Amino acid sequence: MHKIAAVNDFVIKFANINGTGSASANNMFAKSIFRSGVPVTPKNIFPSNIQGLPTWYEVRVSEKGYLGRRGGVDFMVATNGQTMMQDFQEVLPGGYFLYDNSKPLAPKYKRDDIHLIGIPLTDICIQEYTDPRQRQLFKNIIYVGALSYLLNIEFEVFAELVQDQFKGKEKLITPNIHALELGYRYAKEYYAETCQLKIERRDLNQGKILVDGNTGTALGAIYAGATVAGWYPITPSTSVVDAFEKYCKRLRVDPANGMNNFAIVQAEDELAAMGMVLGASWNGARAFTATSGPGVSLMAEFLGLAYFAEIPGVLVDVQRTGPSTGMPTRTQQSDIMAAAYASHGDTKHVCLYPANPKECFDMSFNAFELTEYLQTPVIILSDLDLGMNDNMCDAFEWNDEIDYNRGKVLSTDELENLKERWGRYLDVDGEGIGYRTIPGTHPTKGSYFTRGSSHDEYAAYTESSEAYVRSMQRLEKKWDTAKTLVPKPNIRIENKQSKVGAIFFGTSTDAAHEAIDLMQQQNVSVNGLQIKAFPFTAEVEAFIAQHDTIFVIEQNRDGQMKTLLVNELQLDPARLTSVLNYDGMPITATYIVEQIEATINQNKVTPLQQADRG
Amino acid sequence: MSFIRPNIRHPQLAVNDLGYTRANYEGALSTLCAGCGHDSISAAILQSCFELSIEPHKVAKMSGIGCSSKTPAYFLGNSHGFNSVHGRMPSVATGANLANRDLVYIGVSGDGDTASIGMGQFAHVVRRNLNMVYIVMNNGCYGLTKGQDSATADRGSASKKGIPNPYSSIDLCETAIQLGAGFVARSFSGDKEQLIPLIKAAVSHRGFALIDVVSPCVTFNNTANSTKSYDHVREHMNATGTFDFVPLKEEITTEYEPGQTEEITLHDGSAVRLHKATESLDFSSRRSAMNEIEKHKEKGEVLTGLLYLNPQTPDTHELLGTTTTPLNQLDKDKLCPGSKTLDAINDSFR
Repeated sequence: MHKIAAVNDFVIKFANINGTGSASANNMFAKSIFRSGVPVTPKNIFPSNIQGLPTWYEVRVSEKGYLGRRGGVDFMVATNGQTMMQDFQEVLPGGYFLYDNSKPLAPKYKRDDIHLIGIPLTDICIQEYTDPRQRQLFKNIIYVGALSYLLNIEFEVFAELVQDQFKGKEKLITPNIHALELGYRYAKEYYAETCQLKIERRDLNQGKILVDGNTGTALGAIYAGATVAGWYPITPSTSVVDAFEKYCKRLRVDPANGMNNFAIVQAEDELAAMGMVLGASWNGARAFTATSGPGVSLMAEFLGLAYFAEIPGVLVDVQRTGPSTGMPTRTQQSDIMAAAYASHGDTKHVCLYPANPKECFDMSFNAFELTEYLQTPVIILSDLDLGMNDNMCDAFEWNDEIDYNRGKVLSTDELENLKERWGRYLDVDGEGIGYRTIPGTHPTKGSYFTRGSSHDEYAAYTESSEAYVRSMQRLEKKWDTAKTLVPKPNIRIENKQSKVGAIFFGTSTDAAHEAIDLMQQQNVSVNGLQIKAFPFTAEVEAFIAQHDTIFVIEQNRDGQMKTLLVNELQLDPARLTSVLNYDGMPITATYIVEQIEATINQNKVTPLQQADRG
Repeated sequence: MSFIRPNIRHPQLAVNDLGYTRANYEGALSTLCAGCGHDSISAAILQSCFELSIEPHKVAKMSGIGCSSKTPAYFLGNSHGFNSVHGRMPSVATGANLANRDLVYIGVSGDGDTASIGMGQFAHVVRRNLNMVYIVMNNGCYGLTKGQDSATADRGSASKKGIPNPYSSIDLCETAIQLGAGFVARSFSGDKEQLIPLIKAAVSHRGFALIDVVSPCVTFNNTANSTKSYDHVREHMNATGTFDFVPLKEEITTEYEPGQTEEITLHDGSAVRLHKATESLDFSSRRSAMNEIEKHKEKGEVLTGLLYLNPQTPDTHELLGTTTTPLNQLDKDKLCPGSKTLDAINDSFR
């Protein structure tokens, strides 16, 4: 019978029950591969539930360094009776199915194209442990031990991981290592030559880290000097604030007096969370909130106020599957329009689209710099896939020489020495950005009234049409300034002559790059551009102009980024073809290739053949 | 209403400890209706800040939307003001206070802004015990949209439209007491003698201080059948007693009969001295306050004055353990952990 054989290139999936302690065991498994020097991408596919419902953990191992989801399962670890049949069917022909054979597999589990690996997890646990909770928890560790043998992962790597994980709880180290050994020994005894999927040690992860994007965002906020966070719990953004709090407690408590150099308030709702951010930013602190789509809807009114009254504020939107409550624990890139144009009237907001935790860190810092310089909200659009899953990326970097740029803020001395009449909304430098003042700065100069109603250059209420139009035009000028300050796209030119381009952003990026590689292997050259920010910079416009056929790859139904491009750059919609994935699961490279090739064939586009390349 | 305020001031205008005259605390001209109760409250705020010798730039004026929320433009022109969105002033004030705990935060709101659209934010800013003065200019109706009943309109009260309000009213003082506010008072825009010391005490109180000020709407709700008209409130007002605010520096000299007078020291060392009209009210008891308010309501009266005071409640910053330096004054050295620490953090992700 055919056996899938591969070294450092396969997908293994764990089918578990939520709340049974499988998450830490599965994390340990993914980290063992990372520590073996082999690139790895784990993805949690979890329910909106605390205990009892099915949950999966899908791990892609890719020596080539492809970090997007691959799809297909070479090895299934099935521990959940509720989904066992579905899990059984999902294994690719020639693949492996590890299950608990304490009870024999029911006759309906019939496939002659996959390899069964029965490990009596329950029996071993009943024999070894008396405490029911331990029986449950160690089941997970035992299958990880078995995988260590089956996939040839160095046992010492696990031993080290256990020691790291239980630092401070040394009592737990020996029993965990024992449980790993139980699985290892059983597999060695009964399945010595069964599995042809192997991990071989490499050294491909130098300078890399394995971390979730929300932690990256939180650390970026810490390094940016954010002191105030107002927030309301919502999946998948909660861990942004959790991580912010965790690192604040570690790094921001004054050692002299034990007091906090930060303030985190759990608000009564997302409206209040955004209100707190604006109040704090208006008052000169760096402040942020984190939410998901439903929160963005609620924050819309405040975003409009911040746009019009020109108040900084950072909003982290960790997107999930909409509309409405949607699928709260599944991923999507579907708040693109809601964020870009949040609020009534003519509004538009600066958005950043990180693709990995390193970009979360960098863009989080950048968001605070931009929001204060531009005096307008900045929205970071991450998503569940990036925010909550461990993603491999370059290590976070910080340059100690960099000073914060707090933007156009008048100091006490500057106010004292003002030569001309100051106006909060006067465009002094021609960038469309006025000089603001922080309350309490000067006894007699620089006070003004902040309002969302129409105001003139001196912040006075006005119903003058001329003054209103002047202010709207100045905001438009500020928007043009933003175009020169936001991060530029990453452009990848496969072939200068190719007239086919692909545009992508955020978590579609890894899969898109892999798809470009796959197409290149078939001698189809597609150039790529990763959008990093809205408003679109000149480079985006130029890239589109240079290509006859443009694919816009995104994870929503309506092609929201395409709409934004068409609208903002005044493009002919027919020039852009959408590649859309919106089932809540992260997009795969093979899906992108299929979609692009289907369009190319259908339209009889002749992409540049690569016969003479190189 | 529009006219020009003369720029001339009496040469011997009184000055306060900072050397400022009242003029230093004035704002722009009011655009509210002539006779609006709100303008009297603005004047009382102005007078209180002047007498307390607060530096105007150390005050932040916060408001939502509505007639009342416009008023911060009409007092303390040397203070920053923030006219936010409808019903959301409490969250903006919370953020502002988190960023700089050293300013005085005076929030001005209306009954619509607080008791309807902003009820949730009001409840939670009380729970957080944010250090601020929260003044409700309460006229029982929506003035800017021409007189609809608000959630504080008494059942049966009729505004200019003449239709008695069929719904229960929300008593913001009782709500605030129930939710844990440390300073709760009710007053009347037409009673400056009572309102000014209340505002001064509220500013000195650390933590959340609510003053619900009945402030008649002359245009839409000053009718014979309204319980928030000037006449009705004057006739049915019953004060908990007279009330003095004693600043820290002033020596207390007058002697009062024990039992009828209570003196409560505030966190900053100043004190409130109460000459109680009724023995039954215990200002330090929430239950007593609720009882008294309800007792007067049963008689169709409005109980004004200080209703409840607990000067010892920890404010938001104490609850959070925030450093005493305003967060907006911490620099990069204090806030940024630096590259070496980041290297160690990176290692924890390997």
